[in-house]
Amino acid sequence: MTPSAADLIRVLPETIWCGFGVLLMLLQPFLKNRQGLTLFAMVGAAAGTLATYFGHMGSGFFGLIQFDTYSLFFHWLVGLVAFLVILASDSYLERENLASAEFYALILFATAGMGVLASAQELLTAFIGLEMSSISSYVLAGYRRDAVKSSESAVKYFLLGSFATAFFLYGIALVYGASGSTNLVQIASTDPSSNLLRLGLTLILVGLGFKVAAAPFQVWTPDVYEGAPTPVTALFAAGPKAATFALLLRIFTTIHAATDFWFWAFWILAVATMFVGNLGALVQTNVKRMLAYSSIAHAGYTLVAFTAVTTMKLDPNTGAAPAYAAVLFYLLGYSLVKVGAFTIVSEIGGKGESYQTLDDFAGLGTRQPFAAAAMTLFLLSLLGMPITAGFFGKFYVFKAAINSKLIWLAVLMTINSTIGAYYYLRVIVVMYMREHKGDVPAGAATGLSPTAAMVVVVAALATVYLGLLPNHVLGIVLSQNLILSAR
Amino acid sequence: MELSGHLLSILIFFPAIGALALLCLKSEDEYWIRRLTFVVSVAEFLLSLILLRVVAIGAQGYALTEYKSWISSPPINYHLGVDGISMFLVILTTFLTPICVLASWKGVHHRIKEFHVMLLLLEVGIIGVFLALDLFVFFLFWEVMLIPMAFLIGIWGHGRRIYAAVKFFIYTMAGSAFMLVGILWLYNLTGTFDLPAIQLTLQSAAFHLAPRTEMLLFLSFFIAFAIKVPLFPLHTWLPDAHVEAPTAGSIILAGVLLKMGTYGMIRFCLPLFPEASHRAAPYVAVLAIIGIIYGALVALVQPNLKKLVAYSSVSHLGFVVLGIFTFHTISMQGAVYQMLAHGISTGALFFLVGMLYDRRHTFEISEYGGLVKPMPQYAAFFLFVALSSMGLPMLNGFVGEYLILLGTYQVHWGWASWAATGVILSACYLLWAYQRVFFGDVTHDENRGLSDIDAREKWGLVVFAVITLWMGLGSPYFTRRVAAPVDWVIEQTKSKYAEEAVKPAAPSQPAALATTIQQDSPTRTVSR
Repeated sequence: MTPSAADLIRVLPETIWCGFGVLLMLLQPFLKNRQGLTLFAMVGAAAGTLATYFGHMGSGFFGLIQFDTYSLFFHWLVGLVAFLVILASDSYLERENLASAEFYALILFATAGMGVLASAQELLTAFIGLEMSSISSYVLAGYRRDAVKSSESAVKYFLLGSFATAFFLYGIALVYGASGSTNLVQIASTDPSSNLLRLGLTLILVGLGFKVAAAPFQVWTPDVYEGAPTPVTALFAAGPKAATFALLLRIFTTIHAATDFWFWAFWILAVATMFVGNLGALVQTNVKRMLAYSSIAHAGYTLVAFTAVTTMKLDPNTGAAPAYAAVLFYLLGYSLVKVGAFTIVSEIGGKGESYQTLDDFAGLGTRQPFAAAAMTLFLLSLLGMPITAGFFGKFYVFKAAINSKLIWLAVLMTINSTIGAYYYLRVIVVMYMREHKGDVPAGAATGLSPTAAMVVVVAALATVYLGLLPNHVLGIVLSQNLILSAR
Repeated sequence: MELSGHLLSILIFFPAIGALALLCLKSEDEYWIRRLTFVVSVAEFLLSLILLRVVAIGAQGYALTEYKSWISSPPINYHLGVDGISMFLVILTTFLTPICVLASWKGVHHRIKEFHVMLLLLEVGIIGVFLALDLFVFFLFWEVMLIPMAFLIGIWGHGRRIYAAVKFFIYTMAGSAFMLVGILWLYNLTGTFDLPAIQLTLQSAAFHLAPRTEMLLFLSFFIAFAIKVPLFPLHTWLPDAHVEAPTAGSIILAGVLLKMGTYGMIRFCLPLFPEASHRAAPYVAVLAIIGIIYGALVALVQPNLKKLVAYSSVSHLGFVVLGIFTFHTISMQGAVYQMLAHGISTGALFFLVGMLYDRRHTFEISEYGGLVKPMPQYAAFFLFVALSSMGLPMLNGFVGEYLILLGTYQVHWGWASWAATGVILSACYLLWAYQRVFFGDVTHDENRGLSDIDAREKWGLVVFAVITLWMGLGSPYFTRRVAAPVDWVIEQTKSKYAEEAVKPAAPSQPAALATTIQQDSPTRTVSR
């Protein structure tokens, strides 16, 4: 049983990401130049992403992973996010006087883990991917060692995260007990009415629900997001979330067991998550924390599309493609917007992340017109206004929900997006319609650093591109053989 | 004639190009910013006048259609078209925009460049709403328009501007979110976002919409439009938005934005959901009448001049909604006419009130009195506009209200008689306010030295006055062009249900639906 060369190429992106991570740590003593390290890490992120080009579609390592358009899409997504986050971290690390090599290496390791998550077709492989990305995340969250908040964030994330991982692992064990296999395809063929299988899948859902911050497993999110270094928060909000959603979608669409059951589970999760996120965000005065709650809300919107996917199986005549496409398109648009928004928050925050409250954003429209305009674009996208990626994302989720006759869910989502309007709008109002009280403190940023500005420009262009000309991306996410079935 | 094929797109995006050009100017370059915006908006107005020549009188259906596929899945097409109704609304928009530039010549002092960019972007959104024939494209413009308007109120408004801007945004957003659900549901049923195609599908004999579904769909659209109109009891955003908005914002808000709601009812609610419209009509009419009377009564007791004008809009728009939901040719023509007339006379009123604010920085009626002495010309224009707003014969306000009442009377005399009280009340609140502001002694010393209108203001007002008079005397010019599309809309609300009424015992028809038809038939089978 030796893996073929094709198999090795199927994990080439992960190999490259890990390789560059290791190289970064080795190079650190010799390469004192921070910019050089940043560039090297970016090359690594890009090379891993581009390596997907060589992979052949199909199942690899005897069914452990599945390399298909679906995993390709997520590889691109997490690779792009890593690339942008590394670029955005450059000025942050300089400002906070933190070592960069380990930081970048950890980001690349986490990305490799996310890549594994996206293509895993076997639960233990998925577990390895999950752990790779989680453990790197725990360290990254506490990377600003001197700050109490950062340490708190790391400890909280670690403790609760391990707990969730235990749930996931226990779920795998039960599923194995029920089906005699950890391979998704083989699990799918076991008796769906088995209670053991159901229980196992429920535990898996809890574990993954934690990672995507679905209510009621979301309590860690605001604290961890707020405490972590802001570029890391950008990574958390985009990468691991998208990758975990990828795995979640793959598990629950491959294993058809007890569809009704999952339908209601996702329905309730979606509604709870939307409301918890939006209502929580309403009362925040710290922009970073507000965006953390908004991530929870957006996980809820994504879960609405999930619910639509689960109903597709009930009716084999309706193609599930649009509902899948909704999830994928939504995650792409959302991730880029979140990276852009957190980058701005990181830059405005200044040294020690001291300026992140709404008051610090007052008058930004006149002080930093570019940052304010970009932030407005991102917020409008999160709000789902037209000509932004967020609008089409919301539109496709709505459409998927209504396609599946989930009118009530769509209406609840409507109510939520209206609640969302209030707090997103408040930031815009503060930036443009209030004057900054008193003098601008000395430590506050006077403008975006060039690297951060690049990230913001890329994210903004992508937001508008996805909002105006979504055809190309839609072509990918709507492709017929999005998920290759190994059967 | 290559360009004429794209006239509508040019109309939509020309102001956007103007806005881009503005962005290239320096923000200190106040002189050129104002002039460039004015030139762009006047050019846009002249461009829109071409529509008057191109859109044939008496022709049904859409002219100058543009069709281009945009998004492949789901099929969304960039589909535009114009008919007699939307033509006039577009011209109203392009007419009021240069007026707004004039009105803010002195009232806007900070962030002048951004102000004019927002104004032009607002124009893009509004014209797009009136010309879109694809539900998705319509929705897009509908939402896009919100942002510049909220900014106009929030940045350049008065005291409680932020509260007003957020309230305006959230009210409209709540409505439009439901509309999005409705649009998608409709797409799910018909497989297209294209308005004419949806209409064909809904009307085809093979297609049956359950009454409950139709009602929910109707409501999802109607609520969004009713918020915009605003129909009582959804009107509470309007006084705040109006009072806090800068003059230009109020002019556009009252002049055009409110009409987007009534336009939506004519264009979407009635033709797409005739059954539900008929079932909802009595309730809508009652709400409209409450709005007419309530708006007028509240206007009567307003100590704030601008709020008074704002509440008068609630009252006048109530007439429009009443005219639409009587399904009568005359009253619907009247409704369309009233939309235009109200745009002109309320636009002029806000323009006038704004001038007073530029001079004294207050809207309180008690702060004024005896203004006819220092400002005789201003007082004359104000009287003229107030008379047109209250519906004096020969001026524009009269024609619309008269036609609406005439048509309504033939359908339901009770509605007409209640609504008619609104006409009397409007005379009360406007004349009383006029008396308090202009007659008597000059009660405040600072009012003695007020300057009368200058040349810029005078020319703006002369244009308003000429149009008011022309609309009053030459109303057939408008009604002739509006008649065919209005007839068509009424035809749409009848056709399918007339068919069903003929064969009420059709087996596929649910019994409940058949009974509703029979119960409701008196109001429906009104001849034109």
